[in-house]
Amino acid sequence: MAADGAVPIEGIAAKVLQGDRRALSRAISWIEDRSIEGRVLLDRLFVADARAHRVGITGPPGSGKSTLTSQLTQVLRERGARVGILAVDPSSPFTGGAILGDRIRMLAHHGDPGVYIRSMASRGSLGGLASTTYEASEAIEAAGFDWILIETVGVGQSEMEVVQVADTTVVVLVPESGDAVQMMKAGLMEAGDLFVINKYDREGGDRLFRELTLMLDLSRDRAGADPTSAGWTRTICRTVATRGDGTTELLDQIDAHRRHLRSDAGRWKDRQARRMDQRLKSLLRDRLLHDLERSGEIDRWVSESRRRILGGEASPYGIVDESVARLLQGGAGFHESARREGVKR
Amino acid sequence: MSEGRIRILVAKPGLDGHDRGAKVIATAFRDAGFEVIYTGLHQTPEMIVEAAIQEDVDIVSVSILSGAHMTLFARLLELLRERGAQEIHVIGGGIIPEEDAAKLKEMGVGEIFGPGTPTSDPIEYIRNWYRESRSDPANR
Repeated sequence: MAADGAVPIEGIAAKVLQGDRRALSRAISWIEDRSIEGRVLLDRLFVADARAHRVGITGPPGSGKSTLTSQLTQVLRERGARVGILAVDPSSPFTGGAILGDRIRMLAHHGDPGVYIRSMASRGSLGGLASTTYEASEAIEAAGFDWILIETVGVGQSEMEVVQVADTTVVVLVPESGDAVQMMKAGLMEAGDLFVINKYDREGGDRLFRELTLMLDLSRDRAGADPTSAGWTRTICRTVATRGDGTTELLDQIDAHRRHLRSDAGRWKDRQARRMDQRLKSLLRDRLLHDLERSGEIDRWVSESRRRILGGEASPYGIVDESVARLLQGGAGFHESARREGVKR
Repeated sequence: MSEGRIRILVAKPGLDGHDRGAKVIATAFRDAGFEVIYTGLHQTPEMIVEAAIQEDVDIVSVSILSGAHMTLFARLLELLRERGAQEIHVIGGGIIPEEDAAKLKEMGVGEIFGPGTPTSDPIEYIRNWYRESRSDPANR
């Protein structure tokens, strides 16, 4: 899969590492487009000990995620950190088009070389992020950014992929977000390391704060699900992001969580290992699906299978069983392939 | 080859607050399957170029009603060149007299779409432009 020289991948990689924005932007496009160039580039840029702190910012549409992201960026800049932002908006499931409008709330950082903002369309991914959001964050980190803020699409109750990607997940709610039962249902409550009640000056802010406090008390033992969070007490920040109220406190809490995660070296290592396991599986799954769908084989497989099924020869279940078994033939040696060197580094 | 989507920045520079046209065109572009970065009102050429670079767009589509189109487009093209981003294509729409439009195209603006143009025109233009200029990965 070596580059044929038409596209100067090595040059782009070197420039990304120097912090060149144009190169970084191009790199992210390659990654988003799932091109060979993108894969080679990611291989070049990979480092085993990622240093940047990734903060996921999620919540329902209109809860103020972009404004809050912008405010957090400002506080981080005051503290001297370099900040990359990935803002995800949904792609139309019908046309694939998207309107990416999060930058509108982030204009304050225009012209600041310490801030890089990139909008991403979800491109068919349903988990609240694009399928390549993590990879894009790796390129941003390689370009020398210390903090990466990842803003999800406006989520409902189940789009929680951000938890796999972020080190700290911030769930943003507003007084209008719904009553306590709505929140008990929602995966949102399990997802958050921190909670924000934004637009706190609106009616219902206090009520939501009381309900949320109770809810968090009830699910204290979340540590069972995520050992890394053992000993971490989830807190609720109250903000009015349009005025910047409460955002310094929020960043202090995020930073406290960051330090908590790294406070126990063994626990941190376990967490890194667990994440890498997940990541490997999802990369493999993604790649297999992607290559299969693009191969053209799949269309032939579909029409042949359909013919057999509708002709009464077989059931869809039988055919899928049979085909998967055939795909995985030789699978006994599958793990061996990991020992071989993949791409020459 | 990659499976890229056409990325386009829709910008509304100038002091007037009329962004209806920009919103209409942004929505039409979305429905055409483009990824549209919409940055809102009152953008300076500097802001537009910086956003275009960070977002790695193929095209910048500028809507201008204020009459300052000659200076704004000139500045945009100049900044893109300065930043080494001249392969980003610039198109425009709004109230622009025909003789100005001709001059702008000489300066390097791809096309100008006047009032009343159906949205299918710029969409078709963009698709053709993309096919011709970006089919070779060396240009990407």
